[in-house]
Amino acid sequence: MAISFTLNGKSQSVDVSPDMPLLWVLRDTLQMTGTKFGCGMALCGACTVHINGVATRSCITPISSVVGKKVTTIEGLSADGSHPVQRAWIEEDVPQCGYCQSGQIMSAVALLTKKPNPTDADIDDAMSGNICRCGTYQRIRKAIHRAASEMAGKHSAA
Amino acid sequence: MATAPLVNRRDFLKKTAAGGTALVVGFHLSPRAFADQAKDQEEKTPNPFDAWVRITPDDRVTLVLGKSEMGQGVWTALPMILAEELSVDWKQVHVEQAPTNPKIYDLGTGGSGSVAGSWLPLRQAGAAAREMLIAAAAKRWEVGTDTCKAKNGFVVHGHPERSYRFGELVVDASKLPVPNLNKVPLKNADDFTIVGRDTHRLDTAAKSSGKAQFGIDSRVPGMLYAVIARCPVFEGKVASFDASKAKAVTGVRDVFEIKTSGRGASTTGGVAVLADNSWAAIEGRKALEVKWDEGTAANESSEELRKQFLANASKPGGVLRNEGDADAMLRAASKKWEAIYELPFAAHVCMEPMNATVHIRPDSAEAWVPSQGPQWAQAVIAEAAKLPPEKVTVHTTLMGGGFGRRYQADFVMEAAQVAKISGKPVMVLWTREDDMQHDFYRPASYHRLEGALDGEGKLAAWKHFQTSTSIAAKWSQKGADDPGLGEFGTGATIPYATPNVRIEYTLAHSSAPRAWWRSVEHSSSGFVVESFVDELAHAAGQDPLEFRLKLIGDSRKIPQFGEGREDNHPLDTSRLKGVLRLAAEKAGWDKPLPKGQGRGIAGFYSFRSYVAAVAEVSASSSAFKVNRIVCAVDCGRAVNPNGVRAQVESAAIYALTATVKDSITVDRGRVVEANFNDYAMIRMNEAPPIEVYLVPSAEAPTGIGEPTVPVIAPAICNAIFRATGKRLRRLPIHNEDLA
Repeated sequence: MAISFTLNGKSQSVDVSPDMPLLWVLRDTLQMTGTKFGCGMALCGACTVHINGVATRSCITPISSVVGKKVTTIEGLSADGSHPVQRAWIEEDVPQCGYCQSGQIMSAVALLTKKPNPTDADIDDAMSGNICRCGTYQRIRKAIHRAASEMAGKHSAA
Repeated sequence: MATAPLVNRRDFLKKTAAGGTALVVGFHLSPRAFADQAKDQEEKTPNPFDAWVRITPDDRVTLVLGKSEMGQGVWTALPMILAEELSVDWKQVHVEQAPTNPKIYDLGTGGSGSVAGSWLPLRQAGAAAREMLIAAAAKRWEVGTDTCKAKNGFVVHGHPERSYRFGELVVDASKLPVPNLNKVPLKNADDFTIVGRDTHRLDTAAKSSGKAQFGIDSRVPGMLYAVIARCPVFEGKVASFDASKAKAVTGVRDVFEIKTSGRGASTTGGVAVLADNSWAAIEGRKALEVKWDEGTAANESSEELRKQFLANASKPGGVLRNEGDADAMLRAASKKWEAIYELPFAAHVCMEPMNATVHIRPDSAEAWVPSQGPQWAQAVIAEAAKLPPEKVTVHTTLMGGGFGRRYQADFVMEAAQVAKISGKPVMVLWTREDDMQHDFYRPASYHRLEGALDGEGKLAAWKHFQTSTSIAAKWSQKGADDPGLGEFGTGATIPYATPNVRIEYTLAHSSAPRAWWRSVEHSSSGFVVESFVDELAHAAGQDPLEFRLKLIGDSRKIPQFGEGREDNHPLDTSRLKGVLRLAAEKAGWDKPLPKGQGRGIAGFYSFRSYVAAVAEVSASSSAFKVNRIVCAVDCGRAVNPNGVRAQVESAAIYALTATVKDSITVDRGRVVEANFNDYAMIRMNEAPPIEVYLVPSAEAPTGIGEPTVPVIAPAICNAIFRATGKRLRRLPIHNEDLA
């Protein structure tokens, strides 16, 4: 059964079981492995994508619920890693193993879309669904503040 | 003379290769190997342009990484060492993973040993390549090599200066004789332009864009995906299975049994479900019906294990260290102190669950493995495929965490067995539940510490009894009979001067798989030693920092107890005191805190490095919160200080998780915990700020992936004691424990 949705700005159609979660459609059917499998129970956040702009755990999102919607994955944030959040991640040397970071970045982008100038409490609320086993939390926090600054048009001291 | 630890990682690889085949660890690029086999080395020394450095005519520089990148930063730090001696422009550098070739590379990654072990060999390789480039230029100019210099990707000569780009020279250079690596001149540290500077990691862009490929991201044309149903009870086996419902699930292609592979790779065996995609495989496994032969381990439980611990603790243990007469001193002491400490099994929890992708053809095999031990992976695939190892190509991928778990070959052997039966490329992947319940856990342990102080307030006697489910006993009968000091590590080399020391050990039996978890035995030793010395400090009415400094005593080098003479890296007490003082200073140790807050300190030597931490907590009789952790580190010369700080931050959060979150528990021979709902991780809203201060050092680099772990739990418990008067001795700790 053909299921159609928009993926990173392009029309996509897949022929899979309607209950197959979006995460597996992305990773196995479409071979887009930027979005990660970490727990399968929406506890770790590694599978975070945007559906119609909203941060969503794709491991528990059946593909049938995505019909006609706009999905954005880490691959769709920018063609060349130039999204301000990605640039902040690079400036702050955030990732260690990096496995959780696609999900972290997608959650951070969703936060900054809703709250362009987040407080530390806002960051706690938005980001505590994303586990980082390597413990990069304080660098993530710093990078989010840095990206917020940049997106607001201010330039922090180098 | 006490026995050296039986199971250190290097010996382990030599002794327990899968199926008993001699594992070719091969050409060890270590100073000891050079010293032992200098003449042999000269004949076998690989050309650095084959092994380590590729330069194209347009000056693209690719440096080869001979270790696994699991987040610890070797992808950047090791190339920095090569680039420094090679004298290239760092901005030109790209990195490529080394192939699995035991004749050239010692790929095993662990023991916080990559930078430490590669420091000299990579400098020598980079310097050799540099000298060959200089020789090629000198030959063209017809001048002496001593009149030429390499800098920033050029060889230069004369006034006015003429130059060749490395790219112009490399073809000629790589054909020249390779210099004697023991004699090749190395740069003066004062001239370093790369090593020692905060350097942006080279893998960040890929990891921030979804482009970085982890093992679980491997995609090979025609591949199938498989999950394996394993007996939930330790060492249990398949009795029978009914695949009919599993095979009816859309996308499932095949279902078959794989056998346990025995002690080497230590797989449990099980039933593999192969499918077109991993979702179908997982759904197929849900429909699979398996009857298990649970075996005797079904009687094991955490309660039963604790009864063993208590029974063991009621009798003297096997003596591992005995100087003076601690027992007599403790009997005679007018005041003595005793404390029991307990630590549970701990799981590794890599964010990327275990997986391996293997393709076995009639005459060759290829695999994509997130592995800390690619050579062992190669050996087990060769065994399963019945091929010589040279016919097995193992691609080491990036990995989402390692922490020691990915050193094991179990997940590789399973994938090889499935691939052999299938004939197709197969990825065996693990769900989070598989990963949590079929781990090789950090052992559970029980410790009794006893101590007495003399009239001058110095340590009159120190006695440490431990019983645990040792790692060594899991891997060999010899290890069970004589676990040696493997469960104490540097905890047996206490820095606190005393004439009377006694260390005893009794093995507790368990079928739970155990192996190396970040900092291994030091995760328990650090907690126990640094908690007990703190208890003694408070009993003596002394400041915990001053007490430690006094007991450590004069500057001296204490040989590590039990280490073989050649390998011994003595504990330098002045460096230990240095990190204790630095952590205290940066934490504002002497500044008073409001009521309800406290600071605790701990310092420990492991993996040849010195780390001290001060934890600041708020605590009452009903709750506690860690507000801040300040770490001071002496790991010798920091190749990439930014990377060193990241490792300390990482290990601190890893250790904090084990201190305040959940235990791995056993019931009816199976691990109870399954996912992040019952084995929780520290999250953003619970992560305290971690400050890191590095002691500047000209010593050769030593380990930093693990040495922060041992000091975190004791620093926190010591801080809670300071704030509340309540001493917590059983990890993990929770608010309820403060009542």
